[in-house]
Amino acid sequence: MDVEILSRIQFALTVAFHYIYPPLSIGLGFIMVFMEGRYLWTKNKIYHDMARFWTRIFALTFGIGVATGIVMEFEFGTNWATYSRYVGDVFGSALAAEGIFAFALESGFLGILLFGWNRVSPRVHFIATLGVWLGSMFSAVWIVVANSWQQTPAGFHIVGEGMDARAEITDFWAMVFNPSSIDRLTHVWIGAFLAGAFLVMSVHAWYLLKNKHVLLSKKAFTIALIVASAASLAQLLTGHHSAEGVADNQPAKLAALEGHFDSLAAADMYIMGWVNKEDKKVTGIGIPGGLSFLLHGDFDTPVIGLDAFPEEDRPSAVNAVFQFYHLMVAIGMTMIGLTLLSLFFLIRGKLFQQRWLLWIFVWAVFLPQIANQAGWFAAEMGRQPWVVYGLLRTSDALSDAVTANQVWFSLILFTVVYTILFSLFLYLLNKKIKAGPYHHTDDDHSRIQEERIKAISQA
Amino acid sequence: MATFLGLDYPSLWFLVVGGLFSGYAILDGFDLGAGALHLFLKKEQSRRLALNAVGPVWDGNEVWLVIGGGALFAGFPPVYATLLSSMYIPFILFLVLIIFRAISIEFRSKEPMAWWRRMWDISYSASSIGIAVLLGIVLGNVLLGFPLGENYNISGHWLQFLNPYALMVGLSTLALFSMHGAIYLTMKTEGRLFVKINLLLRRATIFFVVSFGITTLYTLLYIPHLSDRFKQSPILFIIPLVAFLSIANIPRLVSQKRYRMAFFFSSLTVAVLLGLVAIELYPVLLLSNIAPEYSLDIYKAAASEKSLGIMLLIAAIGAPLVLSYTAFVFYTFKGKVHLDEHSY
Ligand code: HDD
Ligand code: HEM
Ligand code: HEM
Repeated sequence: MDVEILSRIQFALTVAFHYIYPPLSIGLGFIMVFMEGRYLWTKNKIYHDMARFWTRIFALTFGIGVATGIVMEFEFGTNWATYSRYVGDVFGSALAAEGIFAFALESGFLGILLFGWNRVSPRVHFIATLGVWLGSMFSAVWIVVANSWQQTPAGFHIVGEGMDARAEITDFWAMVFNPSSIDRLTHVWIGAFLAGAFLVMSVHAWYLLKNKHVLLSKKAFTIALIVASAASLAQLLTGHHSAEGVADNQPAKLAALEGHFDSLAAADMYIMGWVNKEDKKVTGIGIPGGLSFLLHGDFDTPVIGLDAFPEEDRPSAVNAVFQFYHLMVAIGMTMIGLTLLSLFFLIRGKLFQQRWLLWIFVWAVFLPQIANQAGWFAAEMGRQPWVVYGLLRTSDALSDAVTANQVWFSLILFTVVYTILFSLFLYLLNKKIKAGPYHHTDDDHSRIQEERIKAISQA
Repeated sequence: MATFLGLDYPSLWFLVVGGLFSGYAILDGFDLGAGALHLFLKKEQSRRLALNAVGPVWDGNEVWLVIGGGALFAGFPPVYATLLSSMYIPFILFLVLIIFRAISIEFRSKEPMAWWRRMWDISYSASSIGIAVLLGIVLGNVLLGFPLGENYNISGHWLQFLNPYALMVGLSTLALFSMHGAIYLTMKTEGRLFVKINLLLRRATIFFVVSFGITTLYTLLYIPHLSDRFKQSPILFIIPLVAFLSIANIPRLVSQKRYRMAFFFSSLTVAVLLGLVAIELYPVLLLSNIAPEYSLDIYKAAASEKSLGIMLLIAAIGAPLVLSYTAFVFYTFKGKVHLDEHSY
């Protein structure tokens, strides 16, 4: 294998692994702000216990997120040197801003969030939690802006030629608000809320099924369910906006998302299917002319297909792009159904008797994770063969100084390290969940008793 | 060319990047140093205390690296790209060690088993040592220069980074951080542990003075280009003099038990030493030892004036914010470490 494919695999591996954690931190951060806010408002200790419990899990996801994020920042330089020279002028400022505005805010307040429970007042602690959460929201802003600029470049001009060609910024705000930034940022944020909310629901559903920490779990589950319901509906909206943007700015990607080849024909929309690149056909079930309808309000209008682009300018892995995209959409629809159904039961006051539904929620934690990964794979593989859309090819973006052997070395090393890391993460997560929301201090013991008594008297 | 306070934008950004890396070396320097000394503490309680002394702040310290890396990328993209890709293996190892260090701190106290804690203690200490040495190795290579040709081409063997000079700088960095970390720990500990750390501090100081002396001699004898600037303008000799005085001041303050002042001076030492490096290099960032016209200086490598202007504005808004919450966190956790149920 050559340096290009190895570097692509390595980047995909490291960034996909990183992307397990930040969405959890952003989503959990949001829910912790909610819980601590409720505590300040109601003074009910149960919200305090809840927030403290989720802080411990947050510490785990956050720690791994930080450790794996630094890898990618430096990988731009180690593996994609030509790309870094090309985009540095535009893209560097976003990365620097991310560091200054986002990471410093997060990690500054993180110390207080994790260790400050006994040192600062609940109000200051709430502000620290808010700071960490806002910091994590900001990190998403800058990095998604940078990535969106690669998808839909704006606010720049090209100077120099050959090895010295590079993009120079001409208009900062046009760069920040490039055509896809807002759609993709909101989509990424909401995807993160879903990741956090479904983790909270999963854990508390499991406690409820095991008849543990019942009172606390009901309250926590309800908070997360409200977040998840709103977020899954909003995700359909932002996803739809994104698709419209892709149609305008990256027609080759849109064609790949639906496996549409023939520019003279109307485009179908599939629920599921399989793309055959040789025959230029999709086999599957869907709405004939559905994509034409969504884009133009008419089932018969032709849509630009892949055959409008020369072979070397279209994404090569069409079927993979198609599958990732459809997986994401299918999961999005499933989550909408699941949360609305639960909301219905909640309003009728019967949610916590539906054991089957709670069991679904225990496992549903994987849904947003899979959708998040699938979404990025669809977006990034659909962008190929370009690193910067229409301007710089992936094959031209590499580091000349690096050999295939060196990338083999790092790729194997990262694979081993990430495997260890992931096993430890699962092990410790499981342990923390089993240990439950209470420490083994006297104060906590008396509150466990209290909760049991309340639960019995309510039953 | 636009200027501000008499300096052009690339020079200003050179100062920003230099300031960020100095901030990183001062801040992460002490927690890396504490990590390097970790295995010398034998008792479980001592190790936990030492770990929790850096517990609430190490992550914030590391962010300076993230910002510094971003600032180098943003301000001098070709330097960032060429440096990182030509030093591929050391940077990859560095990244892996950063991961191990973060998770060692995070995971160590999650299980009571002795073997578990021992494993993470070793991993924490080894990765701290490795990071300090690798940082020094990179610095040593930057000082030596690279076989940098046309079109950013680097010739030479991939193991070239492991040359004796770079290794010597690596060792000195480790020694400097160990001393710096030991001083930090004296401020945070009491009782028997405090006595133990005082002993370690004395040894680390000797280690530093010796390795630093050797490195300096080596530089003067074998790498003459690094002292050119000083020979041209002797007034600059003030800076090595300040470095020397501030190093000499540390043992004096320690023996008087004025640990905060000692910490201030070891921070100053870190900053002044990096200042020396900056003066030796300026305006070149990556020196070509093939032909001087291939060297990357700040003007050849700088991002556009527009971009630098924007980033200077970002830095001007961001810096007071970063400094204020850094100060707030250090203030909240001031004084000696005490363990509670939220500690690592
Ligand atoms: C700001 C930049 C940026 C951001 C925020 C992301 N990526 Fe990306 N990605 C790149 C910048 C990039 C890149 C450096 O431009 C790559 C390397 C090679 C390439 O073609 O693009 C890339 C490639 C790349 C590939 C390989 C595609 C291929 O080679 O076919 C995958 C699967 C992902 N990324 C996945 C992700 C995920 C899961 C992300 C979520 C965190 C993500 N990317 C965020
Ligand atoms: C290639 C792309 C990316 C790079 C280079 C990158 C870089 C980094 C770095 C350097 C850190 C560690 C900061 C520290 O030391 O505190 C980090 C953490 C983080 N990143 Fe990324 N990141 C990328 C993708 C993303 C994306 C797409 C998101 C958005 C959702 C994101 C959100 C975060 C968050 C929230 C953290 C804090 C740690 C955590 O919450 O787990 N990152 N990232
Ligand atoms: C419900 C229907 C959904 C639709 C119609 C939709 C649509 C899209 C489209 C068109 C893109 C590509 C955007 C681009 O390349 O610029 C995308 C990307 C993405 N999707 Fe979705 N999506 C949906 C649901 C979800 C869900 C439920 C999640 C996660 C929980 C999710 C997470 C993502 C992510 C992380 C990306 C990559 C970032 C980006 O490009 O915005 N999506 N989505």
